[in-house]
Amino acid sequence: MPLNKKIRELKEKREKVLLGGGEQAIEKQKAMGKRTARERIMTLLDDDSFNEYDLFVEHDARDFDMDKKSLPSDGVIIGTGTIYGAPVAVFAQDFTVAGGSLGLMHSRKITKIMDHALKMKMPLIGINDSGGARIQEGVNSLAGYGEIFFRNTISSGVIPQISVILGPCAGGAVYSPALTDFVFVVDNISKMFITGPEVIKTVLGEEISMEDLGGAKVHSETSGNAHFFARSEEECFDQIKKLITFIPWNNQQKARMFDPGEPRPEYDVEKVVPVDPTMPYDVKDVIRAVGDNSDFFEIMEHYAKNIVIGFGRMGGRTTGFVANQPLEMAGVLDVDSSDKAARFIRYCDAFNIPIITFVDVPGYLPGVDQEHSGVIRHGAKVLYAYSEATVPKLTVILRKAYGGGYIAMSSRHLRADFVFAWPTAEIAVMGPEGAANIIFRKEIMSSDDPDSVRRQKVEEYKAKFANPYVAASRGYVDAVIEPAETRKFLLHSIAVSENKEIQTPPKKHGLPPF
Amino acid sequence: MKQYENLGILNVGATLYHTRLSRKYKARKPYRTADPRLILSYIPGTVLDILVVPGQKVSTGDELMILDAMKMQNKLKSKTDGRIKNIPVKKGDRVAKGTVLIELE
Repeated sequence: MPLNKKIRELKEKREKVLLGGGEQAIEKQKAMGKRTARERIMTLLDDDSFNEYDLFVEHDARDFDMDKKSLPSDGVIIGTGTIYGAPVAVFAQDFTVAGGSLGLMHSRKITKIMDHALKMKMPLIGINDSGGARIQEGVNSLAGYGEIFFRNTISSGVIPQISVILGPCAGGAVYSPALTDFVFVVDNISKMFITGPEVIKTVLGEEISMEDLGGAKVHSETSGNAHFFARSEEECFDQIKKLITFIPWNNQQKARMFDPGEPRPEYDVEKVVPVDPTMPYDVKDVIRAVGDNSDFFEIMEHYAKNIVIGFGRMGGRTTGFVANQPLEMAGVLDVDSSDKAARFIRYCDAFNIPIITFVDVPGYLPGVDQEHSGVIRHGAKVLYAYSEATVPKLTVILRKAYGGGYIAMSSRHLRADFVFAWPTAEIAVMGPEGAANIIFRKEIMSSDDPDSVRRQKVEEYKAKFANPYVAASRGYVDAVIEPAETRKFLLHSIAVSENKEIQTPPKKHGLPPF
Repeated sequence: MKQYENLGILNVGATLYHTRLSRKYKARKPYRTADPRLILSYIPGTVLDILVVPGQKVSTGDELMILDAMKMQNKLKSKTDGRIKNIPVKKGDRVAKGTVLIELE
């Protein structure tokens, strides 16, 4: 056969497979408001940057008449490409082929690209759109999932792993995204759950819709399984691309440098924070007033809003921001906000991203439900994560820093490298009201006018202790700075921390309070 | 300074903070001490069999009911000595978690 014929044969073979599950199935996919797996990859990657592998892989299952069925590419597309020039490994499950179900060869394609990503030390992006295990392939399908979970785990902290949920992702399949660094969901398209509404109804008699059980909103606001919420696939891909600009390719590198730009003038750091520690403000305005170009890329925006986490840049370097949010639940630490912050701190530490912490915390949320949900062990995660982190740690105490909250929020005692405080800072063992009630209990109780004595004692305590100078006199705070000096101090301390190195005692791994 | 809407008050350490309250916080249930005279379903399921009748005397550890849940036949036992006052469910009922199944006196 001459070469041109051979080439034509290849082209024909390709074309047949490129259609995935066929035109009808593609129409159905579109009717659900979803793009095809191939369109998704093309939208995500730089133009003409995608190299596809394993296009001609087929299953060899025999039971249940599977030997008579051909499943193009076995329902998943794998390859490598670039996003703004950064190399990435990608897989995308193709729902048009047998519902994107995961059989042995399907899983082998995924693990092949995962192995490549780990070897070549580049980020892995998995697009999930699958009905789950291919039941006809039985335990082989389970083996496939297990091989994926194992690779997710050993790759964790070595290469960035991103999961995009663009369809159903149910049963055991959810554990791959759960093991990765960032999970992206899209309204009305993403569905994640261990047991679906049908099973819940038959076994437990409870009725719930798929959306209410495991839709994008639920995972962004309630369960905390998702990190980024988008209204459309388009918006979701933009978010992923933006994330890629902030993170390094692997744990041996630093994130790319960008040209630094000054914060936008509408964010005036002196006009954000009220002096009265009981009054709210949006701490994101502080981050924007301090960070390069006022650009703040928030993570888990809708979950545990009392703490704010996300990426920005300082002097062109990617920086992780952690900040108590006085606008929501007074910025208290609780079970969910501790989980959220601790995981992010560990992410930054794993990928060489310095952490800036803005502190304005009244303490831990009181309540039976918090105690019974384990606020002790969850809260301990924040202490663990900050103590363990060896990346540069800079802290700015804006207002309140009371009690355990003060210690937990990247204090000197957990080896913060630089601790700054504004003149409005109140670094104390507890709030003035609570402290006065305890210290002057007898005087207040024995007085004819307890209320006025209490008020007087609160003022006395405030005057003496509700300031940054007691902590500064012990060296727990390195400098008391004007709000307007914040960016200057942070830029300098990040620059001088560039080559920070810390030796930690040898160990296999620590035991964070998971 | 910006002004914010929908603010509530949160008491932390005797200080009252002006802040937004989360849905989860507003929906929290007040704590109630467990009453040993109430047998509740600790899991959603189906009442498979009722082994006692109202008025009957029971002792701690006596089996009162079989609740079918998660493919298991769960035996519910009395946590106290007493007499059956009321059984608000019947055989075959599907019950949610926390439903009162038997009241003792």
